[in-house]
Amino acid sequence: MTLEYLEYTAQIYVTLRPSVLDPAGVAVQSGIKHLGYENIEQVRIGKYIQLNLKAANEEEANQQLHQVCDRLLANPVIENYRFELTLQTILQEVML
Amino acid sequence: MKFGVVVFPGSNCDRDIAYVTQELLQQPTRLVWHEETDLQDLDVVIIPGGFSYGDYLRCGALARFSPVMQAVVDHAAAGKKVFGVCNGFQVLTESGLLPGALVRNRDLHFVCDRPQLTVERTDLSWTQNYQTGEVITLPIAHGEGCYYADPQTLASLEANHQVLFRYHGENPNGSLNAIAGICNPEGNVLGMMPHPERAADPVLGLTDGIRLFKGLLD
Repeated sequence: MTLEYLEYTAQIYVTLRPSVLDPAGVAVQSGIKHLGYENIEQVRIGKYIQLNLKAANEEEANQQLHQVCDRLLANPVIENYRFELTLQTILQEVML
Repeated sequence: MKFGVVVFPGSNCDRDIAYVTQELLQQPTRLVWHEETDLQDLDVVIIPGGFSYGDYLRCGALARFSPVMQAVVDHAAAGKKVFGVCNGFQVLTESGLLPGALVRNRDLHFVCDRPQLTVERTDLSWTQNYQTGEVITLPIAHGEGCYYADPQTLASLEANHQVLFRYHGENPNGSLNAIAGICNPEGNVLGMMPHPERAADPVLGLTDGIRLFKGLLD
């Protein structure tokens, strides 16, 4: 019997919710201003997380990623997240 | 009264707390390694300050999934006392035992100071040895101590009188409503950014913190 898995790469972006003050973003914005760019504002700093996962299909991969983001990678009290899935390879495992 | 102090990789105030409960108060105390799962012998579980798991991802986020935390959640659900100080407060909010979150200080600085606090409520054992409205001084040392909650959560905290400690005068970290410490609605779980254990032995100059621990003995 052969089982087929799909291997995805997920690119996950975690950002502070708009209602949460981002003092680091404000500080960076002030640095940009000191460089002479007066036209840049609303700087917000977030996190980028990349991981690979195996799943039977894209729906399963999506569902798992939402669980991992909700439970650990983002704190829903202060953060939002979004992710992009890219199919990397189709893996075949022979079950004996 | 038997105390347990949880030790995560990166905790660094665990021995300070054990010194207070064991040496100053002469109570049986044990350090609880983060892989333990049985806390049934304990009356009070304390989650100390420090940098559990290096504060990676978010302060307290990884500690939440360590084996001991399910036992801490069960301990709290049984109505027994759980106390989180500084990083311990962050762990309690990440675990959902207390509402809200602690985010980067407003001015980005790591603040190491001795702010004044107002004791807001004294009908719980945590604060029974203080006067309502009393102004006390406790040390703080944190980079992520700015208390945040959405407006509804904040309103319900205030309506239920869950704020036990508030910064008096200057707000050192930008916490909403100047919140320094809160409890759950039942009152058996307390989290606070200031360190009462660093204000317990007179040799350190401040003693306002010892009364909190003494309140638990009655």
